[in-house]
Parts: sequence; C-alpha cells; structure tokens
Amino acid sequence: MGGGVAVTTGGQDHFALFGLQPVFALDRARLDARYRELQRVVHPDRFAAASDQERRIAMQQAARLNEAYRVLCDPLARARYLLELRGHRPEDEQQTHRDPVFLMEQMELREALEAAETGPDPLAAVAAVMDRIASRSGEVMDELAAALAGEDEAATAAALQAVQRLQFFRRLEEEAGEREARLLEQG
Amino acid sequence: MALLQIAEPGQSAVPHQHRLAAGIDLGTTNSLVASVRSGMAETLPDEEGRHLLPSVVRYRPDAPPLVGAAARAGAADDPLNTIASVKRVMGRGVEDVRRLGNRLPCEFVPGASGMPRIRTVAGDVSPVEVSAEILRVLRQRAERTLGGELAGVVITVPAYFDDAQRQATRDAARLAGLNVLRLLNEPTAAAVAYGLDRQSEGIIAVYDLGGGTFDISILRLNRGVFEVMATAGDTALGGDDMDRALATWIMEQAGISDDAGHGQLRRLMDLARTAKETLTDAERVPLRLALDDGGTWEGELTRERFEALVDPLIARTLAPARRALRDAGLRPEDVSEVVMVGGSTRVPRVRARVGEFFGRPPLVDIDPDRVVAIGAALQADVLVGNKPDEEMLLLDVIPLSLGIETMGGLVERILPRNTTIPVARAQEFTTFKDGQTAMALHVVQGERELAGDCRSLARFELRGIPPMVAGAARIRVTFQVDADGLLSVTAREQTQGVESRVEVKPSYGLGDREIEAMLRDSIEHAEDDRDIRRLREQQVEAERVLEALRAALAADGDRYLEPGERAAIEAAAAELERRAAGDDAGAIRRAIEAVEKASEAYVARRMNASIERAMAGHRLEEFE
Repeated sequence: MGGGVAVTTGGQDHFALFGLQPVFALDRARLDARYRELQRVVHPDRFAAASDQERRIAMQQAARLNEAYRVLCDPLARARYLLELRGHRPEDEQQTHRDPVFLMEQMELREALEAAETGPDPLAAVAAVMDRIASRSGEVMDELAAALAGEDEAATAAALQAVQRLQFFRRLEEEAGEREARLLEQG
Repeated sequence: MALLQIAEPGQSAVPHQHRLAAGIDLGTTNSLVASVRSGMAETLPDEEGRHLLPSVVRYRPDAPPLVGAAARAGAADDPLNTIASVKRVMGRGVEDVRRLGNRLPCEFVPGASGMPRIRTVAGDVSPVEVSAEILRVLRQRAERTLGGELAGVVITVPAYFDDAQRQATRDAARLAGLNVLRLLNEPTAAAVAYGLDRQSEGIIAVYDLGGGTFDISILRLNRGVFEVMATAGDTALGGDDMDRALATWIMEQAGISDDAGHGQLRRLMDLARTAKETLTDAERVPLRLALDDGGTWEGELTRERFEALVDPLIARTLAPARRALRDAGLRPEDVSEVVMVGGSTRVPRVRARVGEFFGRPPLVDIDPDRVVAIGAALQADVLVGNKPDEEMLLLDVIPLSLGIETMGGLVERILPRNTTIPVARAQEFTTFKDGQTAMALHVVQGERELAGDCRSLARFELRGIPPMVAGAARIRVTFQVDADGLLSVTAREQTQGVESRVEVKPSYGLGDREIEAMLRDSIEHAEDDRDIRRLREQQVEAERVLEALRAALAADGDRYLEPGERAAIEAAAAELERRAAGDDAGAIRRAIEAVEKASEAYVARRMNASIERAMAGHRLEEFE
C-alpha cells in the first residue's frame, strides 16, 4: 500500500485520526459516529464518478480508516497500540511465562473446558466455564485500564503483563466458543 | 465529494447526466432486473407483465435456447436439455459437483480444464454460459424498457459465495455483454431496500433462504450507513433441498426406485415444489404423480409430515445464524428486526423457527422475491455516478478468511472473515532453507486449518530473494481487498525491494483462453468496433479528467498549490488536451497518467482537507 503521496493519515496515529485523545478509556459511541462520518467522506463509493486516481486514494484512505477503527474498537488491540505508541512492545516482555500462579489458572480453566464436554450437561458446563473466563478476563482488563493511566516504569510493567495475560484469556475464549459452537451443532 | 461530472461529449452539456444502470438478482430459481426511474427503484416486467424470470434454460438443436417460463414448461418433457438451478454449480469444479452428490436431472461431463460441462443437444455448455443466457434476457428487457444501453449493472451473489463462484458470475456477465459495477451480497442488498424504505435504525438480521443458497447477515443501520457486522451461510442449502427431501419421501410412498429416469425425477421435483407451496396456506394437499409405466400414483401430504421432513434443514440454517451473532459479538435479543428474504421463507415452519430463535416475529410484509433486485438497483444508481450526493453508504465485509499456505500445509490467516472492506494488511514471512532465492505463494480462502481443505485462489512466485541464512529474509506479504471485493496480494522482499504481485481471479477450472474463446463466439463486438470503442473511452475519460481538474483549480488551486506545482499540472493538462484531439488511444492514456501523476499531491491535499473538515464535526456540504 506504500508509495504515492502521504495523505493526512500518514502522519497521524489512530487516535488522532478520530480526533480522540491517546488514552485507553474510549467513548465508543463517539468513535462509531466519527468512523461513520469519515467513511461518508472517504469511501471509494463516494468517488464513483471521479477519476481513477481519486478512487485509488479513497481506497487507501478507507482501508486505513478501517484498520484504525478495528484496533481502537478492541480493548486488547487498543491497549497494545497505546503501549506501542509509548515505545513498548508486549512481545519483548516475557513476564507471564515466569508466573506459575497464572499459568496454573490457565491450565485449570483449560481442563475445566475439556471436562465440561464429557459431563451430563455439556452446554451448561461449557457456558459456566465461559462465565468464569469472562469474569477473570474482566478483572485483568480493569487492572490494565488502571495501569495504562500511569506512565512510570511500574505502571508500564503492569500494563504489559496485563496485555499478555489478556492474550491468554482471549485464546481460551475462542476455544471455548468453538467448543460451544460444535456442541450446538450436534444438537 | 466527487469533482464535477460532465455530460458525454457530443450530447448536451447537462451536468449530472443520468446514466442507465440496473440491479440484477441472479437467483437459483428465479431472476429479476430492477432499475431506478424517477427516483423510484422498481423491478422491470417482461412483455407479458411478469417480473420473475425462472432461472431455467432449455437448449434446442437448431434454434437459440429458451429462457424462463417457456423453458420451465418443457422441463419434464426434455429434462436433459433443460437446465435449472445452475447457480448451484457456478464456480464449482468437477470434483465439487461430484462431492455435492448433485442430483440435478441433467448430464454432467468433465470439460477440458476440470470445469464441469452439461451435455445438451446444442453441445456441451458450461454453467457460465447457461447463466449468461439468463443475464442476456434480463439485459435485453432492461434496455428495451429503459430505452438505451446499460452503462453498468450491479449483480447480487450470496454473501457466502467464495471467490471462484464470484469470478464465475463475473465471467457470465462479461459473456452477456454487461459491465459489472460490483457484485453485491444479497443480504446487504435486501437490507438496503428494506432499510431505506423503513428509515430503520439499529441492528437488523437478514435471513435469506433462496432456492439453493442460505445467507444470514447482521447489519447495523445508522442514518443511511449500512454496516455489515458479520455474515455466514451455506452455499449448498436452500428450497431445492426441501423439495428433494419431499421428493424422496414421495418416492418411498410411491415405490419409485432410485434409478428412475430423468423425466420421472423432474416430475417428482415439480410435484414436491408445488406441494410445498400449497402447504403455505393449506393444512394438507393431495398428491398426484404420473408414473413412467403410464399409471398414476395418488397420495396425500399433511403440513405436519412436511414440517417433520424439513425440520433438519431448517436446523442447519441456525448454526450459521449462531456463528454470525457470535462473530458480531451479539446475542439474539440484541437484534431489533429480522428480515426474511427469498421465496423459501414463505414456508410457515421457517418463519416460526426463526421467530423462536430471535425471540421476535420476523418481518414478512416485504416481497421476499423482489427486495434483493431493488437493493441492487439502488446501489447501481450510486455506483454508475447518478447520485454524487447520496447519503446511503454500504460497508460490507469479506465472508471467508483469506490466508497464505505455510510450511507443513497450514494456513496463516492474514484477513479473518468479517473484516470490513476495503482493507490492506501485511504480515512478514521468511525463508526456510539456507540460500533460498525464491518463494512459492499459495493464496487460500476458508476457515480450515489445512490449506488443502481451503479453496485455492491463486499461486504466484517471488524470485530474486538475496541468498541468506534460513529465517533471515523478511518477505512482507500484503493482502488488499478493494471496495468491489477484489483481492490482490503483493510479496516484497524487504532488504532489496524485489516484489511480485497477483490480482486474484480464481480460474475454477476455466482458463483465460477458454473465456476469450467464448467471448469471440458470442460476437459482441467486431474487431474494428473494439478499436473505435477504446479510443472513445479514452477521449471521454480525458474530458472528464480535464473538466474536473479545471473546476478544482478554479475553486482552490491557489490555496493548495505552489506556483511551480500549479504550472506543472497545467502543462500536463495542456498536453492531454492536445492528445485527446488526436486518435491515438495509447497516447491519450499515457497523457492521462501524466496528469494524474502531476496532480497526485494536489488531489491528496484536497481530500485531506475534506477529512479534516469532517473531523471538525462539520458536514462537507456546509463548505461547498
């Protein structure tokens, strides 16, 4: 997608693109409204009668907008992005792997999921595990929001760790969702 | 914000010249064409006042094929030459057709490049050619009714159609001489027609059960912006399958064996379909079937029995519904309206179970047969350029994940399903052997873990990678899907910049040469006509570019351009004007490109400015 001229979006980060402050707390309704507003202006369909060149630029703009929107809508992606803007990359930290308590919890949840499918009421059991995952995930998300409010070393370390943990929970959620889907299809 | 439109040269210079466009619903069972006239979108009837065109083509030995009701009438008498529901095999290779266990009563033979052909008395025809016959009739109907040549059409496809099925549809349109503005997803089209009519806001689910395909899409509507949140479906599930289930039951009741003749099978399917339709309003229906041995079988079908037969099929539609909701992050109760599309949604049991699933009665008072074509016509009107100030905007998604095959035959997903388009995303890959200088890239589509279980879209190579230790090379692979849903993939080696690119046009077994041959045979334009047409096109484009540029410079050339930059643009424009007066299409093309290059920065600045204005919370119109 490179080459060509830098359009506005070249120099702006995702938050600036939507006229938002680069903080974790997000007014979702405002983001959605801005997104629609901007797509009304830049979407290639608006340039149906214009030149090929304008349509190409419009396509790049719209794609850029979609990417920025996607990142900001997902709290985990938004947190990672914010940390990247501040110069930190979650991949470079290895803390979570050194936390046996957290890993034990993950293993336990995974085992609970497997056990759920072999019990008397698999759907209800899987749903119960999903509730637990959601609840724990929510707690870590709150920790993340609090950590991101600060910018000192301790806060950043806490934020990076929270991001890593949420990634684990995210994977668990996906697996649980897939199991639930399979169970539902089997009727 | 489109720059000024101009009229075709040679016609009156009326701005916003209306161009003829149409929307086409190319359905499994029935097809329709619609257009916007006097601000209203309407389906166009044939000379007998019929709006629906049965998607049936009957080939004859010494005459052009029959299309529509006339073809369907003779189906039972001439089953091998009468092709119905061809949509079920569009974009499918011979293997797919075999795997589908297809029991369409016609004879399939493998074609030259793995694409199935149907043996008829007029020769072996491909599904693409059959669909082109249907499209041709609709095109003629539209052009006759609207009084001119169509500038473009929007054709709808099931949202869950993969790229091979979409490419086959585009090829059929090309064969029929149609300029496809876009392939629009059927549920999105229905949502547009319904949503604009009702001025709805909020989350709607479109449950689209046609003759051969099922789609469910969840959309959010907000002041004319239609945002698809998720879509799911089954391209091998529809009303035809209900007919088949019923036909199988009748066969058991009547003692007809599996190897009955094609004529018998066709009569069975016709009876099943009629019975199903009758049961929409009746509790029971008498059955009467002519048998091969000259006798007649009589029986009766109750609604209860019918519902028991089709319940498993309806259950199959609820799994994609659940997945779409999950992908959208919603529960059934979050949906404020459920819209039923497709003739098969007339079956009372379908309505009941869908109502149960969403916890609210589905909306059934829009015409489930016409709503898709209407939506397509509305979009066609916008895309052909008739409505530069239109409020309506469709934000659609890719229905299936797109990825690259990696070592071990696994798929690395680059664009997950339900990603909003247009989109461009990149990922880095590396070499796996020391000194590796080339990389084979296999682009696939689907949700499975193994590339072999996904749809293969394209293969291409990146050569000239500087030899390095395994794992040291950085190859950036970018997937780009534009607003028309067309995928292009670029692979670029990061240190030296060697690049390779492919625009994905899956062949589904039909090579480019075969398509060109089919086009030649259809004799749409003679050789001379083609050159004249190309020159005309370049001249029109040149006029458009020049006029738009003049208007823009007059409006804000001083605000956004340094004198030197403006001079360069004006020089390129002068050269284009000179070339456009000549007759060298290639030279005009190059001059257009030169103008574009010279004005690239200017165009970008103007667009940036309008974004900033939008950002400041003002509507663009306030400034113009």
